[in-house]
Order: sequence, then structure tokens, then C-alpha cells
Amino acid sequence: MAVEKKKELQVAALENGTAIDHIPPRQLFKVAYLLELEKMNNTITIGNNFFSKKMGRKGVIKIADKFFEQDEINRIALIAPNVILNEIRDFEVVEKYRVTLPDELVGLVKCNNPKCITNNEPMPTRFDVINKEKGTIRCRYCERKINKEDIIIK
Amino acid sequence: MKSKNLVSIDQCSKDDILRILENAAGFEENPNRTLLEGKVAATLFFEPSTRTRLSFEAAVNRLGGRVIGFQDASTTSSSKGETLKDTILMVSNYADLIIMRHHLEGAARYAAEVSGIPVINAGDGANQHPSQTLLDLYSIRKTQGKLTGLTITIVGDLKYGRTVHSLIVGMSHFNPTFHFVAPDELRMPDEQKNLCDKLDISYTEHTAFTEEIINRTDILYMTRVQRERFTDLEEYERVKNVYILRDKMLRGSRENLRILHPLPRVNEIAYDVDDNPKAYFIQQARNGLFTRQAIICEVLGINS
Repeated sequence: MAVEKKKELQVAALENGTAIDHIPPRQLFKVAYLLELEKMNNTITIGNNFFSKKMGRKGVIKIADKFFEQDEINRIALIAPNVILNEIRDFEVVEKYRVTLPDELVGLVKCNNPKCITNNEPMPTRFDVINKEKGTIRCRYCERKINKEDIIIK
Repeated sequence: MKSKNLVSIDQCSKDDILRILENAAGFEENPNRTLLEGKVAATLFFEPSTRTRLSFEAAVNRLGGRVIGFQDASTTSSSKGETLKDTILMVSNYADLIIMRHHLEGAARYAAEVSGIPVINAGDGANQHPSQTLLDLYSIRKTQGKLTGLTITIVGDLKYGRTVHSLIVGMSHFNPTFHFVAPDELRMPDEQKNLCDKLDISYTEHTAFTEEIINRTDILYMTRVQRERFTDLEEYERVKNVYILRDKMLRGSRENLRILHPLPRVNEIAYDVDDNPKAYFIQQARNGLFTRQAIICEVLGINS
């Protein structure tokens, strides 16, 4: 019976808003945290471990009446690079795109150099993304390079 | 330069470097001028460094400017927990220029962002020390008559030595050939080698420090091998005497060879080298004065 169901029906359909699809299940709550969902008053549906043909299991977040700015949404590319975003208006997907790392990450990542000024002064961190495919970033201040697997989200 | 600050050697184009060195040569001819008359420079040394501070303060004084500042953060309000930002904003009210040294990496870039007046980085932890690099380049140009096409051999701690990494960046505009001589534990990191590869700069890595390499060299840049850098102390004991330059090793060297060292040295250059006319490390420090005069004028937009 479940096989017959369309995957859009696994959670309630959105009239207007954003559906974030193909979130790796283990990253779902990190994604929710990065998007600061806890600060929103919109109707939000969060689902996890849904069946996915592509990735086995996946997480889904649907946020009613919310359309993200590019910079706002791209921060999740740090932990979930293949996530698909669907912008929905009047029950129709009007735009569909994959998130990509922005050129700069501000206040999001902790520098893992304990002697970096950003770890010793009340100030936002700034990282330049120097390799978008590999996910390598470099601290604007102490110039330390950090590989994707060593990135610590603040 | 694009900005009114000198934070890192990476920000200097080839033209910037050549202009600063040209102006430094002018200061060597005539170091005492009144270009900074009526101006106040603040030397903020959150970490002590007598040599660098004296060199900068001498530069300001010889240009007719005045100096305020401190040489040890323990006597300042940063020891009471004041943020760097507040200290910099406060000093910006009093001075025309900030020259700062800090033990934290990135401190100078942050200070430059918040400061209303130009900032010169006089060293931020293990990160950058651009005036050292410019004085190294000045010394190379002065002793060789040119910067282009030289063979530079760098010996010692190539892994952690910030002066070495900056020297590679600074020289990268001038088509050098490098020899990197270091024990395995302290070899040149990939980042610097990748830069050389990208810019088509030829380099060779060696673990043995031999006369054969010295004899092919124009500039021999010595650095200190520090015991605390080794995880394996047996390895340190094994290599500590391998990277020492002795006078007899210079027998077959080129006439124009000069020996540089960012100082302080410990034992990596034997004292019998001091009397060899190819030893240049003491004059090299003197060149810091002229180079710093040129840097100060550059960030203040003063034509010298």
C-alpha cells in the first residue's frame, strides 16, 4: 500500500512555502538548527527517515509561507551539500534547486585554531570558501585552512 | 596597495613591493627627514619584541614623528579584560598610525577592520610578519643588485617558520629557484609547495645540508631548528647538528652568496661564519629600519 503512495503525500502538501528535500537523516536536526527554525512562527513540518529511491532514507522540512534568501539557505550546504530546495506557490513547485556553498561564511563556523583572534574576542568569524567542491574554507583572520570533515559549526 | 594597512605580505603586488623597496633605498641614503612632523604613531606591543619595536620606533623618530604605546600588555587594560576592539578604537582617537604586535593570530587584520587609522602588523602569533619579509627582500635586492632569477636555499625549520612561508610568497613574483633543506619532521608544508607548483616556480627538497647545494646558491636563508617542534626527541638529537652552517662549508660558494637569518640565532650559524664577508645577517637587521620607514610612509600615503 505504501508503495502506491506518492512521496509528496508522506507529509501534508504545502500551499505556499519551501520544501527542503533529500536531507541526510543524520543531519536533519543540524539543518533545522542552522536555519534557525526555532525562531520562526510559521507552520513547520519536519519528517525524518522517509523512504527515498535515491538515498534510502531522507529527511524533509516544509515551512509554510517562507522563502529563503540565497545566503540564508546556502549555509546548510556545509553539512548537507546535496539538499534540494522546492519553492512552492499555490501547490505548484515553481523553483527547484540544489544548495551550494556561498563564497563567504559569516558567524557560522568556529575556527579550530585556539590561538585565532576569533576565539578570544567577542566577534563574528569569517571564512572564505576556497574550494566549493571539496568544501575547504579558510579563516579570514588567522588564515588557517579547514577541511570539510574538520568544520565545527558554532 | 589597495588598503591603507599592511597586514600580510599576500596583499602586496609586485609593484607594491618594488615601490616600497625603492623608497627604502631612498631612506638608506637619507634616513633623517621630517615627513612625519606633527604625527603620532602608536606602538602597541601586546607581546614583547624588543628588536621589532625599537626598529619601528627608530623609523618614526628619524622621520620626525612621535611615538606613544606600550611594550607589554600586562601594564594595559587588556589585562583587565578589555577587548582588542576597544583598545584599538581608543588608540584611534589619539594617534595617526597603529603599529601592533599580538600573540593571537589574525589580531592585526581584525584591528585593521575596526580601526579608523592605518594599521601595520608587526607580527601576529605564528601568522604574518610582513615588515620582516620586506626587509628580507630589501636585503636580497641590495646584495644581489636584483630580485629576479635568483637561487635561494632555505635551511632549518621550514614547517613552522612563518618568515620562510612569507619569503616564498614575497619572492614568488620574481622567478626564483628554491632549495628547501630540512629534516623530515620539519619539511616544507604542501600549501607552500602547491603555491610554487601553481606559479611554475622550481624547487627541490633536500634532507642533507651539503656544500654541493651551497655552491649553487645566491642567497642562503638560515632558520632555527627548535627543540620544542619535535614530537620525537631522538629525532631532534639526531638532526640538531646537521643544519648548522660552518665557515668551511662556504669554501666553494659563489662570490655573490650572502647569508641571511631572521634572528635571533642560537647555534645554527657557527660563530666562525661571522667574520666571513658573505655573512649578512647583522646588516640585514639594519635594513629593517629603512624598510619600515618606507612602509610607514606607504600606509600613510606620504610621498617620500
